[in-house]
Amino acid sequence: MNAFAASAPLQAGWSRRASTFLHGRPGFYLSLLLLPPLLWFGTVYLGSLFTLLANSFYAIDEFTAKIVYEPTLATFKQVLTQPAHIDIIVRTLVMAVAVTIACAVIAFPVANYMARYASPRMKALFYVGVMLPMWTSYLVKVYAWRLILAKQGILSWFVDTLGLTPVLEAVLRLPAVGGPSLASSYLGMFIVFVYMWLPYMILPLAAALERVPESLLQASADLGARPSQTFRNVVVPLALPGLAAGSVFTFSLTLGDYIIPSVVGAPGYFIGMMVYQQQGTAGNIPLAAAFSVVPIVLIMIYLTLAKRAGAFDAL
Amino acid sequence: MSRSALNRPSLGTRIGAFVGLAFLNVPVLVIILYAFTTDDRTYAFPLPGVTLRWFEAALARSDIWAAMRLSLSVAALATLLAMILGSLTALAMSRSRFWGKEAITFMLVLPIALPGIVTGLALLAAIKAARIDPGFWTIVVGHTTFCVVIVYNNFVARLRRMPQNWIEASMDLGADGFQTFRHIVLPHAATALLAGGMLAFALSFDEIIVTLFTAGHERTLPIWFFNELFRPRERPITNVVAVVVMIVTLIPILLAYYLTRPTEERS
Repeated sequence: MNAFAASAPLQAGWSRRASTFLHGRPGFYLSLLLLPPLLWFGTVYLGSLFTLLANSFYAIDEFTAKIVYEPTLATFKQVLTQPAHIDIIVRTLVMAVAVTIACAVIAFPVANYMARYASPRMKALFYVGVMLPMWTSYLVKVYAWRLILAKQGILSWFVDTLGLTPVLEAVLRLPAVGGPSLASSYLGMFIVFVYMWLPYMILPLAAALERVPESLLQASADLGARPSQTFRNVVVPLALPGLAAGSVFTFSLTLGDYIIPSVVGAPGYFIGMMVYQQQGTAGNIPLAAAFSVVPIVLIMIYLTLAKRAGAFDAL
Repeated sequence: MSRSALNRPSLGTRIGAFVGLAFLNVPVLVIILYAFTTDDRTYAFPLPGVTLRWFEAALARSDIWAAMRLSLSVAALATLLAMILGSLTALAMSRSRFWGKEAITFMLVLPIALPGIVTGLALLAAIKAARIDPGFWTIVVGHTTFCVVIVYNNFVARLRRMPQNWIEASMDLGADGFQTFRHIVLPHAATALLAGGMLAFALSFDEIIVTLFTAGHERTLPIWFFNELFRPRERPITNVVAVVVMIVTLIPILLAYYLTRPTEERS
């Protein structure tokens, strides 16, 4: 076919010759296409990541507050041995896991309904209803929660109207999750995190659930499984890749966020805040870099696990 | 086929679905509501009164306009660059298999898979190491890096869904590679490319986490907004800006949705 096309006297010229040349050399053609993006990512992105990594092996001189450009593990040691730093890492990790689990639990019925039960119109409504808040400005959403959680804000008004104020106060008195008000407690922060990342869980989950073949469900029913059994043994395992894909987002986004913990403030620091503060006011880039390696390592571990669960097939 | 028994959701699923949807959407409405409040000191609810004067006040603030202009130009430029890089990658990756392909996909996803703070700090470390003054161009470079994957994903999905025999037919009819691209591939996939561009624009316009590291003294609209969260001057104006930001980000997204919808129904 190619020989025919080349010999056909349709249109000659440099473009045809170039086309034929490239067609005969797919490897060259591919490298030509990939050269600009690879150059960009190779220099800008990987280069930056490498610089970051290099910085984490430097340390800051405690007297002059200047970076000493000699490879050392002192900064990492500082991150991993100081109790206050370990607290920060554990606190962030616990929050990320809790947010991921909560997102999965809340997302499942939404995704399940929109993927498998909703009529076409309802489905469109659900997709828009999930995508709109997802794409609404990040800061606008954080700000919205500040309004909602504020002391005289909407949520306390509702709680008060329903006569549940004592319950809220009791919850806020709880040692770990509570605080003076919802807007300055780990509970409030948790709610905001769940809200922010929920769409990232719903969408891959819905995509996975949509691909569950009807025939499998029928087969399961024909073989005598009750709906709950079918759900547990057929639907959930097939949804697992979607769940894994979504959890990559919720986990990673929570680990790295520094805006939400600083806007919906609880007393304790989170990894992201620590990184931001160290590079900014403290000017200690090596410590910030070493701290930012922690979420990278955690996420690499998580990605490997998720990949094994087939997360990237559902993206 | 007895679909009815299988197609009825349990009550729990239905309640969970609608409660979840409400949870996602109510906060957005709250923002709009508070743009009209007369109270600029607290966040009292119910609103003590309703007014339109904050819209007027926001129009008169030059700092908002400057931030808006900066954000729009950054987003436009980052989108353009991301569309070039993303479409090149998609064209290379859509049909062929080669060594290292998975690594490239992985590298593209990395800027959004890794926490934004890592990307931000990495870029900052590189900016400092290269002794560049952070500003407009460093913001653009950062935004482009994480926007590429959005364009790539949209474009490559459409390219993969295009039947291979269309290309073969075009070649059989004597078209060369460029002609096939121009007359067959591009018309089929242009809307997906455009949709990817729209999403990239919305993502860039709204980005704060990476931007705070790469912006230097420049103030994009999200950075303006961020400062306003801690040092509010006239609180409801923040809400007015929020409403504007929502509109500016949602229009391209809705367009993207509209652009990609018909072909999905066709296939």
